[in-house]
Amino acid sequence: MKQKLEEIRKDALAAIEGAQDSAALENLRVSYLGKKGQLTAVLKQMGKLSAEERPVIGQIANEVREALGGAISAQAEKLEKAALALRLKAEAVDVTIPGTPVELGHRHPLSLILDEAKDVFIGMGFSIAEGPEVELAEYNFTRLNTEEGHPARDWGDTFYITEDSSVLLRTQTSPMQVRAMETMPLPLRIIAPGRVYRKDEVDATHSPMFHQLEGLVVDKGITMADLKGTLETLVKRLYGPDSVVRFRPHHFPFTEPSCELDVQCFECKGQGCRVCKNEGWIELLGAGMVHPKVLEGCGIDTEVYSGFAFGIGLERMTMRRFSISDLRLIFENDMRFLAQF
Amino acid sequence: MLLSREWLSEFVDVDASDRDFAEAMTMSGSKVEVTTDLGAEIRNVVVGQVKEIVRHPDSDHMWICQVDVGRAQPVQIVTGAQNVRQGDLVPAALHDSFLPGGVHITSGVLRGVTSDGMLCSLKELGLTVHNFPYAVEDGILILQEPCRPGDDIRPVLGLDDHVVEFEITPNRPDCLSVIGLAREAAATFRTPLRLHTPEVRGSGGSAAEMLDVEIADPDLCRRYTARMVKNVKIAPSPLWMRKRLHASGVRPINNIVDITNYVMLEYGQPMHAFDFSCVQGGKIIVRRAAPGETLQTLDGNERKLTEDMLVIADESRPVGVAGVMGGANSEIVGDTAAVVFESANFNGVSVRRTAAALGMRTDASGRFEKGLDPLNTLPAVERACELVELLGAGEVVDGVIDVIAADAEPVSLPLDADKINRLLGTDFSAEDMKESLRWLDFGIDGDTVRVPSWRGDVCHYSDLAEEVARLYGYNKLPTTLMQGSGAQGGLSDKQKAEKKLGELCRSMGYSEILTYSFISPSWYDKIRMPEDDPRRRSVTLLNPLGEDTSVMRTTALPSLLETLGRNISFRNPSVRMYELATIYLPHEDDMLADERPILSLGAYGGDMDFFRLKGAVEAILRGMNVPGAAFTARTDDPSYHPGRCAVISVNGTELGVIGQIHPLVADAYGADTPLFAAQLDFLTLLSLRGPEAQYTPLPRFPAVSRDIAVVCGVDVTVAALEDCIRRGAGGLLREVTLFDIYAGAPIPEGKKSVAFSLTLRSDEATLTDAQADAEIKAILELLKSELGAVLR
Repeated sequence: MKQKLEEIRKDALAAIEGAQDSAALENLRVSYLGKKGQLTAVLKQMGKLSAEERPVIGQIANEVREALGGAISAQAEKLEKAALALRLKAEAVDVTIPGTPVELGHRHPLSLILDEAKDVFIGMGFSIAEGPEVELAEYNFTRLNTEEGHPARDWGDTFYITEDSSVLLRTQTSPMQVRAMETMPLPLRIIAPGRVYRKDEVDATHSPMFHQLEGLVVDKGITMADLKGTLETLVKRLYGPDSVVRFRPHHFPFTEPSCELDVQCFECKGQGCRVCKNEGWIELLGAGMVHPKVLEGCGIDTEVYSGFAFGIGLERMTMRRFSISDLRLIFENDMRFLAQF
Repeated sequence: MLLSREWLSEFVDVDASDRDFAEAMTMSGSKVEVTTDLGAEIRNVVVGQVKEIVRHPDSDHMWICQVDVGRAQPVQIVTGAQNVRQGDLVPAALHDSFLPGGVHITSGVLRGVTSDGMLCSLKELGLTVHNFPYAVEDGILILQEPCRPGDDIRPVLGLDDHVVEFEITPNRPDCLSVIGLAREAAATFRTPLRLHTPEVRGSGGSAAEMLDVEIADPDLCRRYTARMVKNVKIAPSPLWMRKRLHASGVRPINNIVDITNYVMLEYGQPMHAFDFSCVQGGKIIVRRAAPGETLQTLDGNERKLTEDMLVIADESRPVGVAGVMGGANSEIVGDTAAVVFESANFNGVSVRRTAAALGMRTDASGRFEKGLDPLNTLPAVERACELVELLGAGEVVDGVIDVIAADAEPVSLPLDADKINRLLGTDFSAEDMKESLRWLDFGIDGDTVRVPSWRGDVCHYSDLAEEVARLYGYNKLPTTLMQGSGAQGGLSDKQKAEKKLGELCRSMGYSEILTYSFISPSWYDKIRMPEDDPRRRSVTLLNPLGEDTSVMRTTALPSLLETLGRNISFRNPSVRMYELATIYLPHEDDMLADERPILSLGAYGGDMDFFRLKGAVEAILRGMNVPGAAFTARTDDPSYHPGRCAVISVNGTELGVIGQIHPLVADAYGADTPLFAAQLDFLTLLSLRGPEAQYTPLPRFPAVSRDIAVVCGVDVTVAALEDCIRRGAGGLLREVTLFDIYAGAPIPEGKKSVAFSLTLRSDEATLTDAQADAEIKAILELLKSELGAVLR
């Protein structure tokens, strides 16, 4: 009987090791360890053994059962691993095939620039004011020190809505200065981006409609030094901390003193090149101390309050930033253009 | 303004390179655009004297010249010109020389004869006969200037000058002159200004007896100053004057005309010279033009004058348009014997409008329009007469005619150093400020500043602050950060919503566009807007650039369709676009507009259809927290497909329209593919936003899902079925999801099968089949009774 058990062990282990799938393995389990299995059959004959033989054979039988059980589990695990490996191999994909497209829309480049500027100003405590594009000449000109007869008021330069020239399309975002000073509590720290209109024929650098960003600060004790500090911060945040700026005297009717801010040409570092038209500097924005007459016109006490204002042309800034050579592209909205940003 | 540095040096000594000069002037307020070295392109060209000239043995037109160029041996130069004679002084471009346009001259052999250079014509030197009236157009320039063989040709021809181009701001017409810029240079470089007082000898007679001047319209002419010159000898001006005019961009013509231009450039005071013999009645009247009057101006054009234009007239007719251009009837010509030099002060606005109306902006009108110094008329006319005597161009008649219609009030300002420092953020002493102002010829009496007559732009303490600051240097002013009294920054709720909206649109593949706010009124026709639609009433530009941009849009749809159409013509196969586009609705009570932002969505191509766009709109509304949007069919919007258009509303408030563009409209935009658009009123959308979400506990019990398919009439809408399902349910229904619509066999004609997946759940306990069955039964009963929809 002992011999019989050893035979079973030998045959079974060989068969289990040779099993190629889980079904075959299960068959082997049934045929050896099942109720009608070979090992079970042997054990059933244990009763016929002598009292001495019984524990010895019993121990061997148990050993064989455990060995077979262990071998079946081990083989099952091995088969599972192999099967998994096979499945994973079969499931492998070419990871270089492009992903399923998810179309993302594009922000207009001009808005990208505007967003950037807004972020900088909001970081400096500014809020954003909005005002009408169909505007009164009173706000667009008169209250900005631009009296009747000023060339900018000509019908050749400004779009008018009424015969008496009292209503027009704003030619600048500056009327927002007056509106803000009239309606908002002091101190003021605002920017006012928006569309403006001038009677220019469309070409590579002109458009009858374009965008400006106006800025206005009115507070106690604001100085030209503050204007310089604020705008220098703006430029360094927009163009990097190494940018070099200069403030150059200029003239605007509604600021005094007035200036233009130039940034040193990024291309040539001030040596003069094609980008800066050999000047070494690129004009960025106009600014100045709000003319005390303008403040007074809004009922602000100039003995206590002063302020500065500035205006940025967004198209030019956008074109420079993204090397866009023709202004018409900005308003043409060709998808091939928009998709580049 | 072009400034000759040579001319400038007559008034001020500035020892600075072109670059340093430009930099310093720019930073003190006179912006330099570019500096040009007039002789930069000419190198190795000298004065040569023709010592010997013989015919070329093998040519019927060439000559062989032996030219003394100041060296030990003459050089041999072959020329094809016929006007060269022995002894002539000529420009000789030597071997390895350069001429304008990058022309390189080297030795060569012409038909077997060596030529070690080239004799030059005016044109080859970049000049014209206006610069050298004695020269011929098509021959070698035979020099009449004092010079010697071997001299560098550039100083001889006046090409050794450097010309600085300034961009002068409109508030500084005084800087449109050599003297004005010299004053700025003197102040910038802190070096004395040398002014010159003109001296006229005179030759007897009395101008006042010959000419009477009357200013009939003193509002347009404050002052009219004139002097007369008789026995005029018209001739070319001397080289020094022509050189300066040339450098200043003015073409030399003859001595009298050149003098007027010269004085205008030097003093900034436009002058006009006209033929005295043409002044009928010996009288000049400065008056507005009479109705219907015309004048042929110096440029030969017949001008129709209007009553708001100022003219210089004699007793019977205009002889010039004041401040703009003289009349042909009084032009200086070869036989002019007596000349009137007019130096007047005209109203700037009037001159500008006249020049614009007549379409002739001249150097004179460009200066007058900015408002000139009325005290400048006299020195300018004196200078002109001094030059007449210096050039021997005629005899100056004694006496000055000077009619002053309106006195110029001198302006004085208190110098309040504290106030100026407070504006600038500086601590300059009053003395320092006065010092700066003195350099600009402001008068200082104690703490009072007398503003010079030519500085009409200075009338306020802030103007003085600018003078002080710019001479100190803006860049040297302190730079500080605002001591905030704490303005609260940030985006408003609306601005945050705008930002969010854009992000949502882009996340769904829609790209932002920017379109013009003005459109053509014909674009309303293009979108088939009804004739009587109130939106046809637009804010209208009275002076548009063209019809295409003549009204402010009252709908954003045409701009969008135009953009889609353009993209189709660019062959962009598939496009998704959005714009937060302002529309401009005329106000009833005032002339301003109700400017409303519209979310304008448009698309074509790819998988785009009504439901894709609707899905995007629904997602946007979800993203913007606008719940409960209903889409109701609209069949009568002429811009849209009558069967594929819906009004979007929330609780009865109309929010916008969505649909496929009507094929006729699509055709009008050249679209060969269906176009889809949605227009949502942004402010309405904002007003319909729901409250901020509050957490509701997650379900504790499982849901039961049941699918039902009902057969109903084809006209029954899914929205009606859904609504019915929701109302029929007894409180367990959590979700209704459409999953199939089917028509065709075996469904009877005129019917369709609509299938929904229903999710049922109780918050109290796990649902039993019986509870779910009861709920479904109730739903089916209502569907049947209300809509005739029966379980399939």
